Amino acid sequence: MDWKRFGFILLIIVVLFGIVVLIGRTESTPIIIITSMMATTIAVATPLTLGALSGVFCERSGVVNIGIEGMMLSSAFFGWLTAIYMYHVFGFGQGISIFVGLLGAIVTGMLMALLLAVLSVTYKVDQIIGGTVINILAVGLTGFLNRQMFFGQGSVFGGEIPNSPGTLLNVHVPLSEVLNPICGASADCVEIVRALNTVLDQRPIAISAIVLVFVAHYILFNTRWGLRTRAVGEHPKAADTVGINVVKMRYANVIIGGALAGLAGAYFTIESVPSFEPLLTNGRGFISLAAMIFGNWTPIGAWTAALVFGASQALNIKLQLFREVIPPQWAFLQQSYVVGLIPYILTMIILTGIIGRTTPPAADGQPYEK
Amino acid sequence: MQSEKKSGLSLKTLFRSALDAMLIPFLAILTAVVLGGIIIAIVRGNPFLAYYGLIDGSFGSAKALSETAVWATPYIFGGLAVALAFKGGLFNIGAEGQLALGATVSALIGYALPGWLGVEIPTIIHLPLAIIVGMAAGAIWAAIVGFLKAYTGGHEVINTIMMNYIALNTISFLLNGPMKDPDPNNVIARTPLIADGARIPTIFEGLRVHWGFIFALLVAYLVWWVLNKTTLGFEIRTVGMNPDAAKYAGINVKRTIILTMALSGMLAGLAGTIEVTGLNYRHELGFSIGYGFDAIAIALLGKSHPLGVVLAAILFAAMRNGATRMQFLTQMPVDLISMLQALILLFVAADAIIRYIYRIKAQGERVVLTRGWGG
Repeated sequence: MDWKRFGFILLIIVVLFGIVVLIGRTESTPIIIITSMMATTIAVATPLTLGALSGVFCERSGVVNIGIEGMMLSSAFFGWLTAIYMYHVFGFGQGISIFVGLLGAIVTGMLMALLLAVLSVTYKVDQIIGGTVINILAVGLTGFLNRQMFFGQGSVFGGEIPNSPGTLLNVHVPLSEVLNPICGASADCVEIVRALNTVLDQRPIAISAIVLVFVAHYILFNTRWGLRTRAVGEHPKAADTVGINVVKMRYANVIIGGALAGLAGAYFTIESVPSFEPLLTNGRGFISLAAMIFGNWTPIGAWTAALVFGASQALNIKLQLFREVIPPQWAFLQQSYVVGLIPYILTMIILTGIIGRTTPPAADGQPYEK
Repeated sequence: MQSEKKSGLSLKTLFRSALDAMLIPFLAILTAVVLGGIIIAIVRGNPFLAYYGLIDGSFGSAKALSETAVWATPYIFGGLAVALAFKGGLFNIGAEGQLALGATVSALIGYALPGWLGVEIPTIIHLPLAIIVGMAAGAIWAAIVGFLKAYTGGHEVINTIMMNYIALNTISFLLNGPMKDPDPNNVIARTPLIADGARIPTIFEGLRVHWGFIFALLVAYLVWWVLNKTTLGFEIRTVGMNPDAAKYAGINVKRTIILTMALSGMLAGLAGTIEVTGLNYRHELGFSIGYGFDAIAIALLGKSHPLGVVLAAILFAAMRNGATRMQFLTQMPVDLISMLQALILLFVAADAIIRYIYRIKAQGERVVLTRGWGG
């Protein structure tokens, strides 16, 4: 990622954080506001990061995936449904139910991705239409089953949605335990350490998303698999000539992408809140795509772009929190439509290429004909 | 489509090519219906009763037919919007936003204009004005995306989706704030009722079907005429098939892209406008949800041909309309329809699967929309 785009990202993040600090200054110290804003940013950027990684794997191998939204939505639903079934119908414990629900979400994402691969790699359907089919199918399938499973005739749940076994819990990083003795008697120091801890204490999917960014980077740019993936996405004919199986590589990468989108879906119903509502992904799959493009099809670039979108969403959340103390001249920001529009407008600006041109993989979107 | 390639065009070959074009969509629908029946059976419903309910509820009586036409009206406009963009090589996923915006703006003209002018406006002026302004709103909204595509390369798929969210957020603000129905009993985000002068009359006494349906059929013919009989249509199709060739042939590609998007958005805006002036007489938040995706499915099912779009729109309308009767008879949720439609779309898009199942040989022409992301 070049300096221009990196500077742009930094600028937006500074502005967004600055607004929150200004508004909340009577309520809390800047360090606490900034760290809590960081914590929220990382949490809400999780599905965007994972969605963007999903896109990176698919498109680096030459398959455009606009079905991320649909993959997320269906995984969110089936992960949640699996957890409920495990807990209420099969009578497993809470922890196991949640864990199996997580696996259910990932498998759902992989199956949806398999469908995309069949359509776009084997049957050479236009990939944008293939992705649209996934999106429409996801809306129909989750809407239908959400009603049928709970309210249909002979439903085991007899007309009501039972409580889900819950969500994944925060992972505590023992930062304060380690650093507090060093701080000694200084109250400020203890305060700062505690604030930092709120940033680090994320839930498992949020943490794994960040780890996966670097894993994906390593795989794509430092392993044989990554080299082959990129070769298939840049020049499939050449790759084929040297003995790389184009079809197999595309299938594998699209399914990896599906697993990542599945994890993103799990974020909604397994990690964030223990419930499902129709259309809950609300366009985040598409914003992930924009993050991927802005990150120039690299995992780390896509992650930083996802953080920008996360920060604007976090700003929205914090503004609601500071509702009481907001100065009248800032009050218009509270209307969620004002700040809520930032990610969408930002996405469009990014796509114009004003902030640096991006280069997609050369064979992105083209079916491979031998 | 196919008929153009043949030189000696007789009525017989025309009929033949129409049959050919309809074969795949027909088989796709058939396959989806069979699969849907299996799904209904799996969830312990009676597929025959369910399909009977669908047909009875959509075509079984004068009222059912009227309601099917009512549903079909915005579907025809929306389907035409997406189909026209397809012909120009553009994918307009933003029909939903353009539609909602058209509806909002024409509702505003419908209820507020008499107050602003302080006079009662006769129908002959008020109704066309409300419709034209709604069309213009949709056209401008989509033209922005066309402009970005033409001059910066920003891909229309993502941009139309973003414009959808921007439109829906803005409309949500308007309908909850400045444009909210001031009636003290009103808790819903909706506009006041439009003036009588801005309403499209119904065709039959006591039925909801209005002249907007006939208008939609006329517009479908008009779209066919523009695409196939005018220079503009030729340019749109040429740019859609091969932008580079179009450029060398001296066509202004940038202008054509913007125009195509504008026309597409205009048709989508029309869908919203006609819903307001012909049916609801106001705009209510959320009525348009799902129309954008339905429009895409209809355009794909209709193979982007105006006649195909009309038929596909009537099919989708019949399904939506018959769904209530189906639910009444079999307790199958209405959402089953969405899944059926997704299956139909799946098989239409992946016609290779249908060709494989029914052993039909492949024939030329395929849609190409994916040409990299730009940016």
